[in-house]
Order: sequence, then C-alpha cells, then structure tokens
Amino acid sequence: MTLNLVDAGAFEFSPENKKWAAEELKKYPDSYRQSCVMPYLHRAQEQNHGWVSIPIMEYIADLLDMAYIRVHEVASFYSMYNLKPVGKHVIEVCTTTPCWLRGSDDVAAACKKELGIGFGETTADGEFTLLEVECAGACVNAPVIAYKENYYEDLDEDTTTAFIKSIKAGKVVSCGPQNGRFKSCPKGRATTLKDFAPKELLKAQDSKGSDK
Amino acid sequence: MLADKDRIFTNLYGFEGTDLKSSKKRGDWKNTKKLLENGKDWIVDEMKTSGLRGRGGAGFPTGLKWSFMPKESDGRPSYLVVNADEGEPGTCKDREIMRHDPHKLVEGCLIAGFAMNAIAAYIYIRGEFAEEAKVMQAAIDEAYKAGLIGKDSCGTGYNFDIYIHRGAGAYICGEETALIESIEGKKGQPRLKPPFPANVGVFGCPTTVNNVESIAVVPEVLRRGGSWFAALGRENNTGTKLFCISGHVNNPCNVEEEMGIPLKDLIEKHAGGVIGGWDNLLAIIPGGSSVHMIPKSICDTVLMDFDSLRAEGTGLGTAAVIVMDKSTDIVAAIARLSAFYKHESCGQCTPCREGTGWMWRMMERLVSGDAELEEVDMLLDVTKQIEGHTICALGDAAAWPIQGLLRHFRPEVERRIEEFKKSKLNVKLG
Repeated sequence: MTLNLVDAGAFEFSPENKKWAAEELKKYPDSYRQSCVMPYLHRAQEQNHGWVSIPIMEYIADLLDMAYIRVHEVASFYSMYNLKPVGKHVIEVCTTTPCWLRGSDDVAAACKKELGIGFGETTADGEFTLLEVECAGACVNAPVIAYKENYYEDLDEDTTTAFIKSIKAGKVVSCGPQNGRFKSCPKGRATTLKDFAPKELLKAQDSKGSDK
Repeated sequence: MLADKDRIFTNLYGFEGTDLKSSKKRGDWKNTKKLLENGKDWIVDEMKTSGLRGRGGAGFPTGLKWSFMPKESDGRPSYLVVNADEGEPGTCKDREIMRHDPHKLVEGCLIAGFAMNAIAAYIYIRGEFAEEAKVMQAAIDEAYKAGLIGKDSCGTGYNFDIYIHRGAGAYICGEETALIESIEGKKGQPRLKPPFPANVGVFGCPTTVNNVESIAVVPEVLRRGGSWFAALGRENNTGTKLFCISGHVNNPCNVEEEMGIPLKDLIEKHAGGVIGGWDNLLAIIPGGSSVHMIPKSICDTVLMDFDSLRAEGTGLGTAAVIVMDKSTDIVAAIARLSAFYKHESCGQCTPCREGTGWMWRMMERLVSGDAELEEVDMLLDVTKQIEGHTICALGDAAAWPIQGLLRHFRPEVERRIEEFKKSKLNVKLG
C-alpha cells in the first residue's frame, strides 16, 4: 500500500495503551526492544481508526530507540498495516485458489455490487473499505471474508449480500460458517469423534451418504 | 479408518470447551510432571522412536531436530519458537488446534521446551488469527495460574515462559528464519543458513522452530509411548495427521486420519466425495499450494504420506488437499497461485522477486492462450532458473505449481494457444 503523506497530526498512545506497552516490553529480552514494533503498530492502528500514519511510525521509533526508517520498513512490509485511512468497516475478501474454487468470484462481485466500490477502494461516505486478501487460512470453510478480526465462512452470493446489508443496518452478524454448518466439521454429519459430536451431527449419518 | 480412540485431537471441531477443566477431562496435562521427570534424553528418544516428522511441510524428524540443540549452555539461553503463521493456501489445521485444543499446544511447548533446555517459547501466530490468539492467550494464562508453566512448572523446579507474538500478514514469515527476523521486529526476510537456528536463532540464541501440530501431538505421543505412534501409518511415515480437504468436494472439512490413508478414501469417507462423483475429478494438489498437482490417474491409488507422494513427484507438504473437478479452469487455478507467490515474495533474492512477477504475467497470458508455443518451454525454463537459486524455498514453491501444470496438463495449455491464434485469424478474415 502506498504511503499517505497527508499531515496526519501528532500521535500518542492512550493512557491504557501506554500501560499495555510497558507490559508488552517484558516479553522480550532487554536488548531486543525492537521486538515490540509489530505489537505497537497493531495497537496504534487500532487506536488510530484502522491506519498507521508517519507520526505513528516516528512515535513508535522513539519509544523503541529505532531509526524511523526501520519502523517504516516494517510497517510497509506487512500487509495488515494500512498506510492510508480506511473506512469504518473494512471488508477483506480472500480470493486465493481454494476460495476461488468455491466461488470467491461471486462473493467479491456481491461485495462490489452492494458497496458500489472495487477492491482497494473506500466508499465516499467513508463507511466501507473493500480489500482483496491472500489466503486467509480457513480453506475448508471457503469462501471467506475477514471483518473486524473475525472470519465469515462458507459464503455465497446471497449470504454475502445479506452480510453486507446487515453491517449497513448496524446489525451484528455472528461469525463462522454462514450456511449453518458446524465450524470445520463436514457439513451435516460428523465422520469422526462421534462420542463428542452433538446429536444433530450424528443423525444424518446413515440416511444420507453425502449432501451438497 | 483411524479409530476414534487413536485420535489425538479430540476437540478438533470445538464440540467441547477449550478451558483447562474441559481439556483435563479430555486427558491433557495428565502426568505431565512424571513425563518431565523421565528426563530430557528420554523425551527426545521417545520422539525419535515415534518417527514423528515435522508437520509444517518439510517433514524433518522432530526428535532429531531437538537433538541438535546444545546440551550445555554456553551462557546463552535457548528458545523454542512455534510456527503458527499458517498461510499455505489450502491449509487450516493449526487454526483448529489453537482455537479448539489450545492446551495441547501449551503442554507441548512445556515438554518440548524442557527437552531442549529452553527458557521460553514464542508462539508466532499469523496476524489474521485474532480469535485464535485470544483463545491461546487464555489457555496460557490459565496454565500460569494453575502452576503448570511459569516458575517451577508443574512442580518440577523448571522455569518456563510462553509468549504469543502476532504476525501481520506476511506468508514468508512461515519460513523459520523469516519468522525469527519478524520476532526481532524486522521485515520478514529469510536469513542465509548456516548458521542454523539451533546455533544462532532468535535473539542470537539457540532456537528450534517447530510447527504447531508437531508440538501439539507431543504430550499424547509421550503418554501413550513413541511405539504407539510409530505403529500407526507406515514405516518412516508414522502416526496420525490432520488433513484439510478443500475445493470441489461435497463436504470440505478438516479431519485427523492415519498417515498413508489412500487419497480416494480420505475424500470419500470424510469429505462426501468429489462433486459429481470420483469420475468428475480433474486433479488434486495434495499438500498445500506449493506442491505439484497430480491428475486423477495418480489420485486413484496414491497414499497420503511423505514417501508415497514423493514417489509421484509431489509431496505431502502440510497435507492440505485441494480438489479440482472437471469444471475447473486448471490454468487459471495455477495462475491465481502465481499471483499469490508474486504478492508474497519478500523481494530479497532477485530470481524470486523478478521471477514470480514474470511467471504470473506469463500465466495470465496462458489462461487466455495469448502466447507463442515456444513460450511454454521458456516458462518451464524460467521456473528451473528460480528453483534452488534463492535463500529460502518460496522461489521453489512458486515454481513447482507451474511445473506440475506443465507436466500433467501441457496439451491443455497448448490447445489454448492454438485456439487463441485461430480466433485472432478469424477476426482478421471476418
């Protein structure tokens, strides 16, 4: 992501983040304060409405006795740091092959249609940012959308549209599979761990060999 | 099929709670003190007996890896680093361990850390796994509170800390030295080896980097004995394994199975079969995106373990089975992977930085057939020029899917080129 050179104003951790930051340092050896750069960037991004500005990088560099360029290197290397402002709701659509095979094109199209923007864009009202991401690591629940630190899985065109509409309406959508399936268990039937499985995942077993 | 009694990850799907009490009920933290009191050598020997090979992709024997760590400290502490930067396309098994069976990983860290004389473990969790990191942290906090880890862990006098370090969206940090760089607060660019991490790893100290699954099975393997684990699967390919079955199957899922299960059985027993039936199968990538795909003819009989897949010119990798049926645009499927590797190349080595972009642009043209026939050989040649000429294996990983495509589906690629030429000719004449 390109760097935002707009004057973003000064930055400082909030009092509780300062406390957290001091604790975080204890996780690493004294001579490796720099190890905190990633957690600090994460936290600063959270505090700064989802993006990392140059003043933030400089602030963190000063906290950790790092050269400014070293923090900038880290912030620009990792894809989860947004280097320009993003919308209130950031929708990340995975389109890597396992998701693509299960219809991530439909999911992406539904997002674009419902939001009226393309990948990498933010709606004019500053509400939504739509991003294309690489493998989210939930491939047996493909296709997947990541939103506010949660995964919304097993999507199709309709459930994606409904998902975006719900966010627009300010409703909470419960995360996980959107097709009624139990996490990463085979849909409708447990083939293993039968002593632990809830009853409804055992019933369908004998009547239906497989379902679509 | 593996019997339920032989499964290690009994809460794989999260049917039950992840807290300490529920985990203890499932057998975690049972006799941990006794296991530790058997001594470091006993632990490493049992792991060697078990035949466990690393579950992160490369399949290096875990017990042997541990034995590379210095027995006596030269003044520097040792560290265990757990690689939970799961991002190989197709793979989503470590996620299940972290969010549903976190105490297996915590206990595994303690035992593995003890065996290699480590003072602490860092679990490097990919940034996107926020929920998973929360569950892991809760399990770690519980274990501290119960005296299982921390000062005088389990009452053995051994001091051991576990920390979580979260990534921020870089596939390359799954490479062990890039991961170490990342923990040190730098760009995740792999280091040249040697020195190997067992000599100079994180913070300049001896370090072993293990995959989540490799560490999480340790307590159960030791409790039941290395020979129990070794009796499952085949020689040199022992034990159980988490498989992730994605793509064109009726019921995509994660499942724990015995090593060496026939690929066809795995898909038909657990994933509800290929969509449209087995005969509708086109090809499978059997071990995460970085390995060669295999066509149906090989899928019919191949066994899912390191050596069987290697004999077919592919690999078990992370055991992420990506199934593609006959409706798949196979060239586009691989082109998408090329885009992935282009995006994830760290930019350090020229063959990979330039090559992944070059291969991706070439693959995009091959999807529509907008190329010359001789360019196919040129592409193959470029993949060979990248393979083996980079610091880490990302270059190889980017080259292999294309080599696999050309080995098994070259006629399809050439057909597209010819058809594209014909269509252009028609436009001119028309």
